[in-house]
Amino acid sequence: MSHSKDRPSYLAHHFSDPAQQSDSAKLGMWIFILTEILLFGGLFVAYSIFRAWNPDMFYNAHKFLDVKMGGINTVVLITSSVTMALSIRSMQLGRKKQTIGFLVATLLFAAVFLVIKYLEYSHKFHLGQLPGKFYTFTGVKGNNPHIFFSIYFVMTGLHGVHVIAGMTVIVMMLVRTMRNRFSSEYYTPLEMTGLYWHLVDLIWIYLFPLLYLIG
Amino acid sequence: MIESTMINRNSHHHIAPLWLYLAIGGALLVLTAVTITVSYIDLGGWNIVVALVIASIKGSLVAMFFMHLYYDKKIYTIVIVMGLLFLSIFISLTMFDTGRRGDIYEIKSEPIKPEADFYKELPPADSLDQTGHSEH
Repeated sequence: MSHSKDRPSYLAHHFSDPAQQSDSAKLGMWIFILTEILLFGGLFVAYSIFRAWNPDMFYNAHKFLDVKMGGINTVVLITSSVTMALSIRSMQLGRKKQTIGFLVATLLFAAVFLVIKYLEYSHKFHLGQLPGKFYTFTGVKGNNPHIFFSIYFVMTGLHGVHVIAGMTVIVMMLVRTMRNRFSSEYYTPLEMTGLYWHLVDLIWIYLFPLLYLIG
Repeated sequence: MIESTMINRNSHHHIAPLWLYLAIGGALLVLTAVTITVSYIDLGGWNIVVALVIASIKGSLVAMFFMHLYYDKKIYTIVIVMGLLFLSIFISLTMFDTGRRGDIYEIKSEPIKPEADFYKELPPADSLDQTGHSEH
């Protein structure tokens, strides 16, 4: 049996070694990611049904989404994923200052994403392109155009909530990094935060073409 | 690249080289430009297929390299692929129903609230056939 002398401080008592602890965290995180994909999966099914029923209305309504703004947001989110991955790499190499820099950069890109999203939303609010019974816009041809905007707001809104949650966790990781809680040996929470942030990017990769680029 | 084979022996952490992350990021940006460009070309029903194929390539790159599935134990890949499998069953069975129900009885896309103000400046709803396609 190993005794406390051999055990690093970050190793919880119910794990036999750091590798087992890290593997358990990762398995748990991947199962959580799976539940997140299934959560969005229900919305993708709703999208598929309503688009299959109203293809022309979907095409006409999607013209009111700004491809330029959505495209910029895609670039912003991909870049934030790169900086997130690099922050973990920096910690693997024991470069604390670099890690902090990349985490701050990730937060800034996330904030830019939310600002652009806010501009898009406020424009639609202004035009009356609101979900469900609040829809008043008159320019979309086809039956039930409010359904497209309901789907748009629920899917991008839930994604936006995930961006905010991701930013919250990144701030927590930033504080922990500054307090020297991580090293090149132990950075599992940072790695799990990275997985979550990449999931946010992953969902946007599907949302962008499905909502903004209906051919 | 010396870094590409760097493995921390104590913790078995794999450290991917810097160029890999930048290359994957670059590939994702290029694919974004491709998917935007292709969306302006009329390929009929193939537009959605091309968009989803490109999105899936991008998603795989993110999962394999940013999320480290390529380097990690295969159990994580199995977990997520099983989930995606069930999601695809969910979507495809729903689409069989949605797509073929018209074979049994006539389905007509009708406005939920025909008297809604936002229809007033538009052509009457009965000029649309059951799929919502305009007849003229």
